[in-house]
Amino acid sequence: MGFLDYAPAPESRGILHLKDAYGLFIDGDFVDGTGGSFTTISPADESRIAEVASASEADVDAAVAAARRAHTKVWAKMSGRDRGKYLFRIARLVQERARELAVAESLDNGKPIKESRDVDVPLVAAWFFYYAGWADKLDHAGLGEAPRSLGVAGQVIPWNFPLLMLAWKIAPALAGGNTVVLKPAETTPLSALIFAEILQQADLPPGVVNIVTGAGGTGAALVRHPDVDKVAFTGSTAVGRDIARAVAGTGKSLTLELGGKAANIVFDDAPIDQAVEGIVNGIFFNQGHVCCAGSRLLVQESVHDEVVDRLKTRLSTLRLGDPLDKNTDIGAINSAAQLERIRTLSDAGEAEGAQRWTADCAIPDSGFWFAPTVFTGVEASHRIAREEVFGPVLAVLTFRTPAEAIAKANNTPYGLSAGIWSDKGSRILAVADKLRAGVVWANTFNRFDPASPFGGYKESGYGREGGRHGLAAYLKPSRKEITR
Amino acid sequence: MSARLTVPKTYKLAIGGKFPRSESGRTYEVRSAKGEFLANAALASRKDARDAVRASRSAVSGWAGATAYNRGQVLYRVAELLEGRRAQFVDEIVAQEGVSSAVAAAQVDAATDLWVWYAGWCDKYAQVAGGLNPVAGAYFNISAPEPTGVVAIIAPQDSALLGLTATIAPALVAGNTVVVVASERYPLSAISLAEVLATSDVPGGVVNVLTGSPAEIAPHLADHADVNALDLAGAEHLDWVDLQMRAAETLKRVLVPGEPVASPERIAAFTEVKTVWHPKSML
Repeated sequence: MGFLDYAPAPESRGILHLKDAYGLFIDGDFVDGTGGSFTTISPADESRIAEVASASEADVDAAVAAARRAHTKVWAKMSGRDRGKYLFRIARLVQERARELAVAESLDNGKPIKESRDVDVPLVAAWFFYYAGWADKLDHAGLGEAPRSLGVAGQVIPWNFPLLMLAWKIAPALAGGNTVVLKPAETTPLSALIFAEILQQADLPPGVVNIVTGAGGTGAALVRHPDVDKVAFTGSTAVGRDIARAVAGTGKSLTLELGGKAANIVFDDAPIDQAVEGIVNGIFFNQGHVCCAGSRLLVQESVHDEVVDRLKTRLSTLRLGDPLDKNTDIGAINSAAQLERIRTLSDAGEAEGAQRWTADCAIPDSGFWFAPTVFTGVEASHRIAREEVFGPVLAVLTFRTPAEAIAKANNTPYGLSAGIWSDKGSRILAVADKLRAGVVWANTFNRFDPASPFGGYKESGYGREGGRHGLAAYLKPSRKEITR
Repeated sequence: MSARLTVPKTYKLAIGGKFPRSESGRTYEVRSAKGEFLANAALASRKDARDAVRASRSAVSGWAGATAYNRGQVLYRVAELLEGRRAQFVDEIVAQEGVSSAVAAAQVDAATDLWVWYAGWCDKYAQVAGGLNPVAGAYFNISAPEPTGVVAIIAPQDSALLGLTATIAPALVAGNTVVVVASERYPLSAISLAEVLATSDVPGGVVNVLTGSPAEIAPHLADHADVNALDLAGAEHLDWVDLQMRAAETLKRVLVPGEPVASPERIAAFTEVKTVWHPKSML
């Protein structure tokens, strides 16, 4: 064992009390679905975790009906103070069961335990805690006195941050007095089902939150359901477009958090060591399965070689392997389908003439894996510079002037996030002003907080999650006409 | 003594700070409520719409980049000039809508006051809609609204000036530029308003006015990939669901048909909230 080798340090699965099969969580109880079932597996070794019910249209209908009843009879009538207390309870229960949730998340999703333990789950608790405090202060949210809830929210979330996306969706909805039907992603239903048990422990009134597991068809049935008042979706731009079409003319409110192709801009005066850490965090956090990932590195020509060399050195120290091992930096790719997409786009990168470099690391025999990969010599027309890879693949482009950096950064239909690395405050603020992106990280990357609005420009979607803005996405303003 | 022969105005389009005829060479008759001939308005084509979008796009950086104080003064200047041309607008509304002078004057006054109201919002909206976010960490974190970009507007069809103002002005507050399709029946006030804008220091291309058939032009604007948002305020008699579905292709922000109520929500509809993080840990 060399000095860079660590002994295995896996987190114990003993903390989990998984059932062999999970039903749908409707009206406060787990019920059998009528749409069959599917198996959720661990992407790290393809082993079976549990059997999960697939919700049919009739099941979705039952869930929406339960949410409607709960909205009309209980939740919208309840005082904001009491709604807030339920949310505080949930936040505390998440903290109490944090380790269990982190293990379940890493098992089902493939992300390293240090990320689920130190990022995802603490943020989930923080999200409920933050919005809990809003529930009895809606009059002060800038939407006039007594803004009204929208009603039943149909929410569809992705597989990259299963529990965190659930929290982003459910916490503001409930604080605003809405009830929820949520569909987790097909490959990562587990943490949402444990969360349903937490709701039972919190004694949340039946029907306020309903969780319907299933594939795309279940989600389509949910967002198209005529009795849903609000649709919130996080996922691909292609599906977001379909949802926007489906919702047209229905009067449903819609927020979409879609794809991204963020530029991470490194100027020649940047603190290079910090920038390299930021680049690594920007694209290799969560295996690059991040919609706001810094997947395009724009580096000033004069420091290109230095940055790329140091980046490769740093990447060579990352540990890829068992997601439950506390020393793991890079976990498993979430699914075979996603691995295939990453391979296809990486192959296209090579075919189109970019130079491929891959970290030298051992790939486990089973499961889905992709070693950290960097493409240099990338041109703006290459597919890896235009399309969202959603994997641990970085495209490096260069620029000479700040104006060129801005033009290249904005040369994308997406506009979710961006990064700036420079020592000059005035430059950072000027560049941040010009970037067409909803979140700009300067001398940092991939930071999230419940108080901080998150969401995109252009084809990265519309609406914000987090902060007062995220609350407003679940409320109808009561403000009257103010003129004359 | 015979009555003086009047000098009627040629009503053209307003694109990029100029007043061109439709490139198609087409016009349509605008008649008064009693059926008298008033003017031949330009019947804008798809190409005119594309020219207007291009002009609008090239005006974004200048208008969005102007200081909020400057934009506020420009919008206030619009109100000043509208007030000065009050009689002309009253006459035009009387002729088009067939209402009394008093009713027409009330519409002009309401429109003028609305420009004043929105002018004052320019340097206040960011403070109301944004702010510092108390994140759990050593970070400076601030959110502020920015303009969405190019906004295409189907102006309310049942008023000549007020509906137009109620849709254009809020879009301009944050720094968007506009392509507006005027009321089909009452297009003359829209072109006269474009003349007011042109002499109010509103930069060329910031407001582009198309007259003609909303049913013909709107689908092209809804499809256009360089349009960022679509205001369907005056589209209730069109197939607006189809327009909203077309807009979904490029994920445009869409306001569905309805009376444009003066409200900060109208400003919000065409803004994007940007959040900037920076560490503040170095002492």
